[in-house]
Amino acid sequence: MENKQFEDVFEAKLAKNEMIEPKDWMPDNYRKHLIRQISQHAHSEIVGMLPEGNWITRAPSLRAKVVLLAKVQDEGGHGLYLYTAAETLGTGRDELLEALHTGKAKYSSIFNYPTLTWADIGAVGWLVDGAAIMNQVMLQRTSYGPYARAMVRICKEESFHQRQGYEIMCHLSFGTAEQKAMAQDALNRWWFPTMMMFGPPDSESPNSENALKWRIKRESNDQLRQRFVNQTVQQVEYLGLTVPDPKLKWNEEKKGYDFSEPNWVEFKNVISGNGPCNKERLAARNQAHKNGEWVRAAAQAFAKKRAQKIAA
Amino acid sequence: MSDNQGPIWEVFVQKKAGQPFVHCGSLHAFDKEMALQNARDLYTRRQEGCALWVVKSSEIVASSPEDIGPFFEPSNDKVYRHPTFYQIPDAIGHM
Repeated sequence: MENKQFEDVFEAKLAKNEMIEPKDWMPDNYRKHLIRQISQHAHSEIVGMLPEGNWITRAPSLRAKVVLLAKVQDEGGHGLYLYTAAETLGTGRDELLEALHTGKAKYSSIFNYPTLTWADIGAVGWLVDGAAIMNQVMLQRTSYGPYARAMVRICKEESFHQRQGYEIMCHLSFGTAEQKAMAQDALNRWWFPTMMMFGPPDSESPNSENALKWRIKRESNDQLRQRFVNQTVQQVEYLGLTVPDPKLKWNEEKKGYDFSEPNWVEFKNVISGNGPCNKERLAARNQAHKNGEWVRAAAQAFAKKRAQKIAA
Repeated sequence: MSDNQGPIWEVFVQKKAGQPFVHCGSLHAFDKEMALQNARDLYTRRQEGCALWVVKSSEIVASSPEDIGPFFEPSNDKVYRHPTFYQIPDAIGHM
């Protein structure tokens, strides 16, 4: 078949809402876009383990500790699902990790903010995982099969993450005045960085057009952000806390809230490496990878030795 | 391929005894035991299965998408392989 025919088959599949599978023909730019998006997503899961891992040894109860451990382990698992999904496109995991460790690849800007108090663990589960779910529910119907299937599993697991976060926020918000202040402080610091998770406004999003055209994404950044605000405000009100946005107001006409845009200058600054924790996160990732080197070497040597024994 | 990630393995999970094994994803491991343990940790953290198969990706033989037309063609014109092809008298009822 000629390239044109391949392209027609590809377009026809998208038009019929059919999935593209690893061995199917696909345009180079579609492949590149997916490798970039899926690997960034994987990196975000892995780097996302760090701000929460920060509190495992200081969790306020044994229950809180096992829950947090399970959650952080899930994030690691999600990273692994996504790396293998990216690998079906022909890039090795070692290359993807190399890009992360050298700072060449990006990950979600949100993980470059610090988790200063226990309330931050509540806010991260509730808001950050909540925003991630909103994005990932959409991605369950993304056009690339392995990515969509990874998303289905991830979404099933994420629901626990968000609920455990909100539970922490409930305990604090209905606790002492000091605890409630802690919850409000966490909300104040995480609200706008969470809004940034959906990406730049549609008018300034360089990758959105192709992503929508190829059905990699099904909704725009602004649509998802609006839905997140609409859904979350009621949860804030229940806690008796205040959204740190004086412009937040119900708009009856659009049946949704009007709200302030996050600071996009700050967003660009964090993305380009200058957030509060970028250096720390990258250093921790590199150190963890280095610390695991002997395990990989030993496992490899053991497998080789055993294969030789069997052959002999 | 990578120097220190180990080969890729495909993982199949059986949800309950008696049900078919279904592909659920893949992982890296250096040998069979490690592949099986990684599969348990990665794909059955919430009792998703009662049995696992792992197989090296490189050992799987797959049909190629370009050829699916001719490849599956032989079954296209054999409607007589389906029960609805046959007329059974109404008097007989369900068969």
